[in-house]
Amino acid sequence: MARLAVRFLPAFHPSPQMTRVGATGNSTTTSLDPQRAGLEGERVTDVKLELRGITKKFGSFTANDHIDVVVESGQVHSLLGENGAGKSTLMNVLFGLYEATEGTILIDDKPVTFNGPGDAMAAGIGMVHQHFMLVPVFTVAENVALGNEDTGAGGVLHLEKTRTRIREISDRYGFGVDPDAIVEDLPVGVQQRVEIIKALVRNARVLILDEPTAVLTPQETDELLNIIGQLRDSGTAVVFISHKLREVKAISDVITVIRRGKVVGKAEPSATAAELATLMVGRSVSLTLDKDAPKLGEETFTVNNLSVLAPSGQLLLDSVSFGISQGEILAVAGVQGNGQTELTEAIMGLVDHASGSIRLDGKELLGRSVKNIINSGVGFVPEDRSTDGVIGTFTVTENLVLNQYDRAPFARGLNMRPAVMLKNALAKITEFDVRTQGPESMAGTLSGGNQQKVVMARELSRPLKLFIASQPTRGVDVGSIEFLHRRIVAERDAGTPVLIVSTELDEVADLADRIAVLYKGKLVGIVPGDTPRDVLGLMMAGASNEEAESTSGNEGKE
Amino acid sequence: MSHALATRNTEPDSTGRGVVRSWAAPITYSLLGLVALLGFAFGSPHAEARFRITDGSQKISVPDLVLGTTFVGWAGAVILLGIAAYSFVLVRAGRKLARWMLPVFAAVFVIAFLVWVIGSANTPNVYLSGLIAGSFTLAIPLIFGSLSGVLCERAGVINIAIEGQLLAGAFCAAIVGSMTGSLIAGVLAAVVGSVLVSMVLAVFAIKYLVNQVIVGVVLNVLVAGLTSFFFSTVMAADAEKFNAPPSFDVIRIPLLADIPIFGPIFFDQTILGYGMYLAVFLVWFGLFKTRWGLRVRAVGEHPKAADTVGIKVNALRFWNVVLAGVVAGLGGAFFTLVTSSSFNKEMTAGQGFIALAALIFGRWNPIGAFFAALLFGFSLNLSFVLTILGTPVPSQFMQMLPYAVTIFAVAGLVGKSRPPASNGIPYVKE
Repeated sequence: MARLAVRFLPAFHPSPQMTRVGATGNSTTTSLDPQRAGLEGERVTDVKLELRGITKKFGSFTANDHIDVVVESGQVHSLLGENGAGKSTLMNVLFGLYEATEGTILIDDKPVTFNGPGDAMAAGIGMVHQHFMLVPVFTVAENVALGNEDTGAGGVLHLEKTRTRIREISDRYGFGVDPDAIVEDLPVGVQQRVEIIKALVRNARVLILDEPTAVLTPQETDELLNIIGQLRDSGTAVVFISHKLREVKAISDVITVIRRGKVVGKAEPSATAAELATLMVGRSVSLTLDKDAPKLGEETFTVNNLSVLAPSGQLLLDSVSFGISQGEILAVAGVQGNGQTELTEAIMGLVDHASGSIRLDGKELLGRSVKNIINSGVGFVPEDRSTDGVIGTFTVTENLVLNQYDRAPFARGLNMRPAVMLKNALAKITEFDVRTQGPESMAGTLSGGNQQKVVMARELSRPLKLFIASQPTRGVDVGSIEFLHRRIVAERDAGTPVLIVSTELDEVADLADRIAVLYKGKLVGIVPGDTPRDVLGLMMAGASNEEAESTSGNEGKE
Repeated sequence: MSHALATRNTEPDSTGRGVVRSWAAPITYSLLGLVALLGFAFGSPHAEARFRITDGSQKISVPDLVLGTTFVGWAGAVILLGIAAYSFVLVRAGRKLARWMLPVFAAVFVIAFLVWVIGSANTPNVYLSGLIAGSFTLAIPLIFGSLSGVLCERAGVINIAIEGQLLAGAFCAAIVGSMTGSLIAGVLAAVVGSVLVSMVLAVFAIKYLVNQVIVGVVLNVLVAGLTSFFFSTVMAADAEKFNAPPSFDVIRIPLLADIPIFGPIFFDQTILGYGMYLAVFLVWFGLFKTRWGLRVRAVGEHPKAADTVGIKVNALRFWNVVLAGVVAGLGGAFFTLVTSSSFNKEMTAGQGFIALAALIFGRWNPIGAFFAALLFGFSLNLSFVLTILGTPVPSQFMQMLPYAVTIFAVAGLVGKSRPPASNGIPYVKE
């Protein structure tokens, strides 16, 4: 792991054309001439942003509890915390999307109030949201111009100025963004740069990045960290929100750790990952999963030349073949949207235009109904639990039998047997440590991690011949991740072939006995579970495993 | 991934394409081709159909177009079946249908049908310019209605209430026009009436987050009920005073109006007719070339993105719905101040819904909606003309024509249409 961490420290060489200007330099001219602010070699006006005693309550729930944070120019200030710790809420307060219940925001020691994002932007605060705030059918230029348009008489748009600005910024930081591209056609990494450009065009002096690496490949993450370094060097104050220790350690000047809405401490970037994790979770957690070597059985699950077509004719999955043995975990790695969803949905019988063959214990699954597939012993944890995994308006008890409600012991003839269901629910709630007010609570009221436990409990509660889990720990707190991972490994050790799909490389590396990498619907290769991250990263960008290994120049595994 | 990406990713796009065969188009083509073969070719009345281009009142005179029904019927059937066969070949080979196929097929079918139906009529000749000009006239309220829909739905509010807006406009124009004797007052009243309907829609849809389709339907019923009530009480009591609005005069532009076919369409209209062309242009220009339009489209597609750049989403939606009311009001005024000389119970007769269909058919684009509304206007007018000419097709079937065309259009047989992503979804800040 140490080797990997080193690899991830990005090298910050400011681009050659960038001349560093002193803090006071020509900052006054910069602020007076918005068209030229942020141009080559110029430094953004210094800024000091202070959040003092910010409290945000939603009803009786306190999302932020008297938080104090100071952000200054030329610094990357990381907010580290688990999902749901209140980082995003805090930033939404700062950005004027939420109104703080208590507390003040000070810019350059003067209190300010924001009635909306417009005010925040006018004050020089820009935000790159976790879910991009881009209109997919608009061009880059239209998205950047929106809300900040250059117009002539009668409000007629002049996009040419915006295009010029985009090209300037794009050239300066090496973004490579075409102002006339349609946003929905761009890869997520480029879309994110469009978001950054949006902030820079508005002369942001403070740039907030909310979980910016969640959707990126490792290489794209490196590039982003590099960009953040450049922005910092040109005097921008950067707020970096993340729960990923590695990145936070690599990029930060200051780290503030938030837990359950409170600042629980500050840390130096030199702190170890384990120390940060302990601060973040509030107890010591083991960051690596201990698992035994797999005891491989027969290869009972095979996929042959599986292809899936979109209604438009586009190949979403292109002749994918692999097999999983009993007692083995195969993890599918890849950037979101490279065919993983289609792969799991094809196995479950959820897609229309699939061809090839999917065999479980010698029986063909393709072409059978979903129910038939479930009944043949396939357990499935879908990637989007709130829409596909649980029914929010059903109780936990009901959600725990969604796949077996019509069979014994939960049903007799046309009748369901509530008493048996309840008994089952109580047992599962204890076994999986589901934090709920009771089995009759609506599943929708549970936190993400607990919903996921409900789904896992349901799918793992019967004898399986194949277990598929898509993004098994997305949005789940660190403590629960550990637990869920153990359950998955336990299922493997019971002799079930397990297919994991995850976009989190850490998770793939932890769980996998073998790793299959998907890129644009094609299987790039299947590599051993201990393959180095950077090799995987290159494969996730489409390089074959041989290419990836030679390019990465790693000391190699062979 | 069709757009060139300016990234360092230089390798060719490796995403392959597969074949998803859809047999809907070839089957539809074949069925219609068979109809043409059996109806227009074998069922040819062996007569001639005469299309008069000019009627002698114009300064320019063009000879009549005379076509033999047998020849046109057979030629049409052969072409249509040829296209159908070609579409089978294309789909079988897994290729896309050619872009020219649908318009050519539709044009040939319409021509073959027209020649057959006119040839079979008791009076086998028709004034072509009149047929087309009449289509435009009938299309004008549809176009105003569709523009009202475009303005609402581009901003993300579903407007089912076009019918109600038109009817309210027609009623207010009639009653105020009659009482004041002023056309301008009548038009203003129509706008006010329609805007009131809009405001109810806006308040319930945007502020109270009521299902927008339901509010729209309820508004239509409400307006129909209210206007019928006042029609049978107030208007019926003294029709002379309350239901005899003045009418707009046709403004004929000399010389230009004499151009065959095009003259009557573009240069022989009332103020409202000319206003329609202006409205189509303004809405198109506004939506796609101005700051207002950019913001409206953003709000209809991704309101949260618009909010995060400081755009007041719900205010913009509200005012757009109001503006839609203004446009629909002009369409409503057309009923009582141009086409008809008095208001009548439920006189819009479902045209608001056809306008809605035109909006979808026209893919939420003002220009598209314009042409779609023209198509509906044409089929409406054709049904009138054919009833007069006395055709072998029962008049009830002819009257169904616009609705049948609507179903084909809305069912997506003419390609997928993609509504604004947040159409009908209220925007609530967390």
